[in-house]
Amino acid sequence: MREIVIISGKGGTGKTSLTAAFAALADNSVLCDADVDAADLHLLMQPEIRQRTDFMGGCKAIINPDLCTGCGTCVELCRFGAITGRFEIDPIRCEGCGVCVDFCPAAAIDFPVQRCGEWYLSDTRFGPMVHARLGIAEENSGKLVSLVRKEARQLAEQRAVDLILTDGPPGIGCPVIASIGGATALVMVVEPTVSGIHDLERVVDLAAHFKVPGMVCINKYDLNVEITEAIEQLARLRNIALLGRVSFDPAFTRSMVEGKTLFEYGEATATWQQVRDIWAKIINSPSMNPLGIVDFKATIQ
Amino acid sequence: MIISIASGKGGTGKTTVAVNMALALGSGVELLDCDVEEPNAHLFLKPVIERSERVEVPVPLVDLEKCTFCRKCSTLCRFKALAVVRSKVLVFAELCHGCGGCRAICPEGAISETGRELGTVNFGARNGIGFINGQLRVGEAMTPSLIKRVRAAANPDLITLIDAPPGTSCPVIAAMNGADFVLLVTEPTPFGLHDLKLAVEAVKLLGIPSGLVVNRADIGNQEVFAYAEREGLPLLLSIPFDRRIAEAYSRGKNIVEEFPECRQQFRELFRKIETIIQDKNGAVPCAK
Repeated sequence: MREIVIISGKGGTGKTSLTAAFAALADNSVLCDADVDAADLHLLMQPEIRQRTDFMGGCKAIINPDLCTGCGTCVELCRFGAITGRFEIDPIRCEGCGVCVDFCPAAAIDFPVQRCGEWYLSDTRFGPMVHARLGIAEENSGKLVSLVRKEARQLAEQRAVDLILTDGPPGIGCPVIASIGGATALVMVVEPTVSGIHDLERVVDLAAHFKVPGMVCINKYDLNVEITEAIEQLARLRNIALLGRVSFDPAFTRSMVEGKTLFEYGEATATWQQVRDIWAKIINSPSMNPLGIVDFKATIQ
Repeated sequence: MIISIASGKGGTGKTTVAVNMALALGSGVELLDCDVEEPNAHLFLKPVIERSERVEVPVPLVDLEKCTFCRKCSTLCRFKALAVVRSKVLVFAELCHGCGGCRAICPEGAISETGRELGTVNFGARNGIGFINGQLRVGEAMTPSLIKRVRAAANPDLITLIDAPPGTSCPVIAAMNGADFVLLVTEPTPFGLHDLKLAVEAVKLLGIPSGLVVNRADIGNQEVFAYAEREGLPLLLSIPFDRRIAEAYSRGKNIVEEFPECRQQFRELFRKIETIIQDKNGAVPCAK
């Protein structure tokens, strides 16, 4: 089982558009959207939802006013400033640590588990897809990411599919950490801007920290060829495979408006070939074929 | 006055709007970069960093001489950051949220606290514009804690502009909670619209007035504008797509510097926000 996770550090560099394009090129894959708090892949995949399941995340404290004696123990112990002077809990500030629950001398604090979102098993024109929607303002995005990735792996095993394509979240925090652990390889999508290269360096540091091999693909490369070259230099320095350059092409936005992947919109362009070449490099890369055996499934179960 | 600049979708122009507004207003403004996972505002504002502070979250330190391995700490910890195995206590510092519950419950007083580095908070300025950013340590997961530290360092006497992270989960909430206004920046594409709707839900949940900036206003389609009208979300600024702006951005250049005629538009944007905040405060009945 091989899993490619597409990440970027900086948001809006083209992760989802490229994931969708790769899905169109992949022979047989399971799609997974790990950007659970602003998931967009479904807008291009139009999945038919087969199964929905509640995502139960952490717990939140609630004070029962009938039992509360107003002793103030909870206020004193809460390090997150979540308890007001009137002994009410601000759910936005509550960290879910349960310290107030355990220490309340009147046992006046409940700690119900929260429904933090929903996850889905779906079918798309490119194969099965696992995706989710984290509730607004919810925590536990890392937990939900781990869950959708686990479900994607199970689904791939059941259907004897050897490849998972995971659209990752931006940043380097909790959901990204949950997205990359145990991945076969990372495809980092970067744009040639001062912020793009800055954010790439941090995401490369993260990949190195968790020891996941990385490859880099430069999107909208012609916006700044000088920085594109600097990124290529950085990639060589940090031992990241260079996948290639993709032109700044309004076709990405136009196909998105139609709910299509790049390859389903309009006529073949030079960009199509660039993306095809990149996909071929990914799938044939040493990190995707660590034993030099392309037919992975035949040898390792 | 606190204005938080957020978006839902990444790469729509939050940093561009925050930095250009700060530059257009000049002194009296403090810019807080709360996208601590991938802070970028400093690349555009180019402040002189005067000092940096390492910030930590408290994590338990167990004194095995005193510990009786009663497991009260590991039973209490909801984050599985402590495990008692025979005569050992394992502390998984990376999982700890720093709630202090283990320390409070230990009957032997065997638990004290040490720190786990969250990251750094940097302080600087440029031309009278105050600047603070947070930089999350690579490998650290507790983004909201660092954002709260950055916000706590703000000077309350200045106009605070917050460059928020993308998304709609806890880090964004930490960057918006308690703000007087949330300025949402999007692009008129299906992704931009979808994530804008989520961001609007988050803003509603917090009960903060909001307004919209549409960046690259002429790409994509018209649906964002129709949505804003339906929602009663005031459109405060449209920035057209211009390859010159995109190229200037790629080099770290700002709109108000490259195209000085735009300075007025960012001042105007601020004035509109100020008016909305004042109207809202005026409409609230006085407390008795």
